[in-house]
Amino acid sequence: MSEYIIKNGHVFDPVQGIKGDKKDIAIKDGKIVDKVGSGAKVIDAKDKTVMAGAVEIHAHIAGPKVNLGRIYRPEDKLFSCTATHGMERMGSGASIPTTFKTGYEYAKMGYTTAMEAAMPPLFSRHTHEEIRDTPIIDEGAFPVFGNNWFVLEYLKNHEIENAAAYIAWLLRVTKGYAIKVVNPGGTEAWAWGLNCLSVNDPVPYFDITPAEIVRGLIEANEYLGLPHSMHIHPNNLGNPGCYETTLDTMKLAEGFKAKNKFGREQVLHLTHTQFHSYKGTNWGDFESGAKEVTDYVNKAKNITIDTGNVTLDETTTMTADGPFEHHLTGLNHLKWANVDVELETAAGVVPYIYSPNISVCAIQWAIGLEIPLMMKDPMRCFITTDHPNAGPFTRYPRVFKWLMSEKARETQINAFKHKDKVLSQTSIGSLDREISLYELAQMTRAGPAKSLGLTALCGGLKPGMEADVAVYNFNPDKPVANPDDIEKAFSRCAAVFKSGVQVVSNGEIVSNGNKRTLWVDVKVKENAQVARDISEKFVKYYSMTQNNYEALGHNFVPNPYALEVDATQV
Amino acid sequence: METVTITVKNAPALYLEADNISPDAFAGKTAAQIAELSVHEGNTTSTLGKYFDVSGNAGATAADTKIVVRGDVKKVKYLGFKMSAGELVIEGSADLYVGAWMTGGKILAKGDVAAFAATAMKGGELIIEGNAGNYLGAAYRGDWRGMSGGKILVKGNAGSDVGMFMTGGEMVINGNVDVHLCTHAEGGKVTVKGNATSKVGGQMVDGQIIIFGSIDTMMPGFKPAGEVELEIDGIKATFSHFIGDMGERHKKKKGVVIYANLYKKISSP
Repeated sequence: MSEYIIKNGHVFDPVQGIKGDKKDIAIKDGKIVDKVGSGAKVIDAKDKTVMAGAVEIHAHIAGPKVNLGRIYRPEDKLFSCTATHGMERMGSGASIPTTFKTGYEYAKMGYTTAMEAAMPPLFSRHTHEEIRDTPIIDEGAFPVFGNNWFVLEYLKNHEIENAAAYIAWLLRVTKGYAIKVVNPGGTEAWAWGLNCLSVNDPVPYFDITPAEIVRGLIEANEYLGLPHSMHIHPNNLGNPGCYETTLDTMKLAEGFKAKNKFGREQVLHLTHTQFHSYKGTNWGDFESGAKEVTDYVNKAKNITIDTGNVTLDETTTMTADGPFEHHLTGLNHLKWANVDVELETAAGVVPYIYSPNISVCAIQWAIGLEIPLMMKDPMRCFITTDHPNAGPFTRYPRVFKWLMSEKARETQINAFKHKDKVLSQTSIGSLDREISLYELAQMTRAGPAKSLGLTALCGGLKPGMEADVAVYNFNPDKPVANPDDIEKAFSRCAAVFKSGVQVVSNGEIVSNGNKRTLWVDVKVKENAQVARDISEKFVKYYSMTQNNYEALGHNFVPNPYALEVDATQV
Repeated sequence: METVTITVKNAPALYLEADNISPDAFAGKTAAQIAELSVHEGNTTSTLGKYFDVSGNAGATAADTKIVVRGDVKKVKYLGFKMSAGELVIEGSADLYVGAWMTGGKILAKGDVAAFAATAMKGGELIIEGNAGNYLGAAYRGDWRGMSGGKILVKGNAGSDVGMFMTGGEMVINGNVDVHLCTHAEGGKVTVKGNATSKVGGQMVDGQIIIFGSIDTMMPGFKPAGEVELEIDGIKATFSHFIGDMGERHKKKKGVVIYANLYKKISSP
């Protein structure tokens, strides 16, 4: 494999504590190395910013609900098509891009790893086919567990060992990466026409509460020692006053400590925190609860969060929180699609326009920025747009601009129709913090990699790590004349390397890389009861046989990368 | 105003997607530069000059530019696509998407136009001297935003699904319309001087439809609301008034529930 040396760039690497020093980054055989021979290809990074490839911790980029969005929103593709050119195949879609466009767009922004945040286990084959067709970036997928019948039954009786054995089996057959929980119990309740809006609302028939599900899954996660923690979208998303449910959910993690060999420290990852940080009693007195939520997270060291920034675009919301999407279509009266996934989960899809002329949308925008600006430890707060729910991931550079420049925020606040309301209902106007490039590298690289248990692999530029490197046309020595320059620089990289292969040059795709599927292979003690329960459920309830359930082989996971966990000695 | 005349010299074998034939794309260009603009035939991109003779230079802006299209353009799509100002005269009949997404200016089609003319039109004026196809002034596939402004006049007949998801603007059809007039409409005004086929105003929640002729089957969701005298284009007549679609959600304005209004002329004895 070729050798490269990226010379004279300003390097930002939280893993090694490098804060913009001029350093050369050497690449050999797909890894970062100390030095390379004189024949190495030189990439001139003078006056440029060099970071590790960015890590996406939560996005909806593959699977049946993403595809449902693509199918039922032809208007999203209408003026967003890109023709075949160079290495690139054609692509389309603004908020729900095609698989190829997804890979290209991430790579061009310097992202080299991404996690699909909600994989219905029954449709893992579909999810993996889409992942396979998304070039360049390494991807993993989180199967959803929070409304799964097995989990509900085991945890009702606090059978952690059985729940863990089931989780290990499901991760293996679906080639999954982590335990995802969406509206625990609430989506199952939705099948009965109900919902769980607090952590103590019982789930019909199963007679278990969201609190028991969450605590049980944290226990099972730490019992197994998985690379990532339980990853949760709590109950009561998106409603005024929901911050209290969010605090109640986070309190369930109290007393738990991370047990794993991957360097992960948290036991709960709270996703798209913006949607869960609302105060007020209705849409009229709607206000920010970012302070209450971040005050708690700042103290709770065993929790990491991501933001879920609203980007003020027309987008497509999609979540396994079925009842929420039904609620949303009642608010905006746009088209709604819902899918039920047998014993496991459900999903809904509704288009949404975050208009700067609507006060609620503008306040949501402000809350999304308040959260990272109020978080003291950038290693525990990661930037996401919950793509495509709060906005398309292609808007990350714009979010970075708002975070890095108070002036950019001011310009946007002044452009809002209900500026006064934004200032009175949030504290965005009084926050003068500007995220530094080092902090940005923590929030988009080192932090999410650590939270995902991927520190040995990515998120930094230490010799021995994967050579995932992004070079931006951004000179940190020069004052930013116009905040839009930040957005421009982070939109298109000067160069990107994925596992030592140059995939982007001057903002253009130059290679499709060697994309891998990350998954977690857990060995557990043989568990005859769980094996029997699984085969029984397939015989009695599932619409497919157990033999057709597993995603394996070249068609689904052509280039797997398994993180091995041994839980047989627990 | 400067006039650019484009005349078909080589008819395309396939359908031609000519989204550059608009005053906005022509503005500021000479005849030679206009001939270099791109068009797509199937999966092949080539130049306007391959299919058309171009004579005359465009004005400095779209508003100063008039385009006259001559010859058989029955296989040419997207004439006047996204135009914002100026004029476009189509001397024959044209294919799909005439004046689609237009925001201003004026289009005069002397022949017929095929489906999807004035898709999501926001402003300007479209006059069709012949017949219009299906989905006139409608929303794009999957979209919920149809014609929202401007004026359309059809001197002949129009096809089905006219004004689907229409939210504003005005449309007059001198002839007849086919099924599904103003499905899902949330505003705007459509006058049909001839007859309408069934399913008029299905799921329509706001806006107006005026029918001078007959409706072969009324939607059950429309409720009689008496008779009214209306004066349209200088003609006074009595109309049966219906409100609907009663099966749908309706918004309130100042405490009053808003319904779509359907007026059907009572034929004189």
